[in-house]
Amino acid sequence: MTAAVSIRGVTKRFGTDVTAVDNVTLDIVDGEFFSLLGPSGCGKTTMLRMIAGLEFPTEGSIQIFGEELALRPPNKRPVNTVFQSYALFPHMNVEKNVAFGLEMRKVDKAVIKEQVADAIEAVHLKGMEKRKPSQLSGGQQQRVALARALVNRPKVLLLDEPLGALDLKLRQAMQIELKDIQSEVGITFIYVTHDQEEALTMSNRIGVMNFGNLLQVGTPEEIYERPVNRFVADFIGETNFIDGTVADDGRIRIAGGALVYARGDAPAGADVTLTLRPEKIWIHSRGAADLDPERNQLPGKITRRLYYGESIYYEIELEDGTLVDARHENIPSLQRRDVGDEVTITFHRQAAEALVS
Amino acid sequence: MTMLDERPSEEANPELERKAERAESWRGFFTALPTYLYLVVFFVLPLIIITVISFAERSRTGKPVLGEWTLDWWIKLGDPLVRSVVFRSVWLAFLNTLLSLLLGYPFAYWIATRKSALMRNFLLVLVLIPFWSNFLVRTYAWRTLLDSNGLVTKVGEMTGLWGKMLFTEPAVFLGLLYGYLPFMVLPLYAAIEHLDWNLVEAARDLYADARKAFIKVTLPLSKPGIIAGSILVFIPSLGAYVTPDLLGGSKTTLLGNYIVTQFKSGRNWPFGAALSVTILAIMMVATIIYFRKGGKTL
Ligand SMILES: Nc1ncnc2c1ncn2[C@@H]1O[C@H](COP(=O)(O)OP(=O)(O)O)[C@@H](O)[C@H]1O
Ligand SMILES: [Mg+2]
Repeated sequence: MTAAVSIRGVTKRFGTDVTAVDNVTLDIVDGEFFSLLGPSGCGKTTMLRMIAGLEFPTEGSIQIFGEELALRPPNKRPVNTVFQSYALFPHMNVEKNVAFGLEMRKVDKAVIKEQVADAIEAVHLKGMEKRKPSQLSGGQQQRVALARALVNRPKVLLLDEPLGALDLKLRQAMQIELKDIQSEVGITFIYVTHDQEEALTMSNRIGVMNFGNLLQVGTPEEIYERPVNRFVADFIGETNFIDGTVADDGRIRIAGGALVYARGDAPAGADVTLTLRPEKIWIHSRGAADLDPERNQLPGKITRRLYYGESIYYEIELEDGTLVDARHENIPSLQRRDVGDEVTITFHRQAAEALVS
Repeated sequence: MTMLDERPSEEANPELERKAERAESWRGFFTALPTYLYLVVFFVLPLIIITVISFAERSRTGKPVLGEWTLDWWIKLGDPLVRSVVFRSVWLAFLNTLLSLLLGYPFAYWIATRKSALMRNFLLVLVLIPFWSNFLVRTYAWRTLLDSNGLVTKVGEMTGLWGKMLFTEPAVFLGLLYGYLPFMVLPLYAAIEHLDWNLVEAARDLYADARKAFIKVTLPLSKPGIIAGSILVFIPSLGAYVTPDLLGGSKTTLLGNYIVTQFKSGRNWPFGAALSVTILAIMMVATIIYFRKGGKTL
């Protein structure tokens, strides 16, 4: 497969003491929906702006379909951006906004008219051509920004938290719509977000960033199931951390002395942190006879119960005092537990990941 | 406060809302009252008075004789001499506005795009420093500079580009430009400083080169500053008195001086009044046209 965008050792420093992006190397596949995910200030926008040409890397190379353009101005790149604040031109109506890119490229007037009309229709804004951005709702402005970028048929579309300003319902609807548009036009999307759920549901692959570093790249499943370090495990979804050391037989000795199986390739004697998702933990009555011996078993006591409607969270205190959270679907076949119940928790040998601490 | 206390509940109560609205508008009226009074006493009344005077006969000393009415003074506005004064004034004011804009815009843009706020403020203070000394004094300084032995004249003679400018139209023009340039720079600075640079980046992202992005985005969005600055320069330039009086000669009489002459040596108050109303009308029409034209594209 061709790399739509190939980023090699890219670093961006502002002044001498801010390193917004730190030696990032990354290939983005043609046609994929790629998300850059990370907390605010981790360098996502800066990375995107360097691909757009609105910022130039201090070091490194950026290629789009094999063409080096790290230092090329933005107007000479086959990419377009949907800006975080939409950045619609307030003095132009919807039609003029959408036509801007084509006009700048001196496309034939009749062609512009036709393509602009198509683009406006594609984002369901027919009839609003003559409105100014200030006369549109947030969601509509968002669609104009999208149409304005897509009408140019860029090789790569860059989106900087495009749904950040919308309320939850609209955001969810737009997520689906964006996904549909992407598979329809087949253009590579690079999508910046700090919302892990959004990244998980929309992306083919995700790159997780923190402090300017690219920590992990993988499919949503890989990122969620096999986080490479504590930060990724913690940032994506909810998880329990349990400290331990690797025993001679490869099992993990956790505080309190119990031995459990986990994934990971840390050498014997290494200090590790287990990450274990709440939904992977089953709760059994203490002394239950039918426990699967292939699952790790740890005794504990229910110390808290939170009722969420569709699920129930239990906080369990292990024998050494470690607290873990377990999440149960709210279905009739699962027995309800009460605070104070003596229980045994079990989890699959592949469920916990041992991260070198 | 009391209005809120009277409300029985959160529910909409049209009667109470209307009352609150009325109270609000009265409050607005009373707040603005001192300004209204000021404008009526010192602006509207004098305006009515000079309009009335412009239709009166004049006495031997030049004072208006109320009770004897004539259209002579308004007809006199059509005299070639008067027309040339009006034309010259409008032309100079227009030219001054245009040149102020051409000089002021790059300068304001440059100040507004300095990264450090300290630097921006420092540059703005530099623009304002001339105001720390009296306009009259500064105009006298120009007189010295432009006179036979003045620095400007010497430089011009040395380079062979110009001679003594004092008491000529270029001197008046230079004086006007110098005097009113800050009034162009400040509103332009404010407009450019407030610009959303994301929009310029969006234009660049949409295949506009730097020049196109400026023409299509930066310039139209700084229009409020251009309009405000142009009006602030055009109006005082049109009515300028001190500058043409000190730097211009008898051949460069502008409307301002011409009006003063009518009230003094010319001994013709009614004609002076007619000229004053005329200059006001020109300013108003120019301002309205300008706002209309600007407003459409904003
Ligand atoms: N123009 C700039 N000048 C100085 N520092 C900047 C600039 N742009 C971004 N930064 C810094 O770089 C870091 C990353 O910023 P950004 O890429 O906007 O993060 P994100 O989009 O992930 O929230 C932040 O610490 C930010 O303060
Ligand atoms: Mg950002």
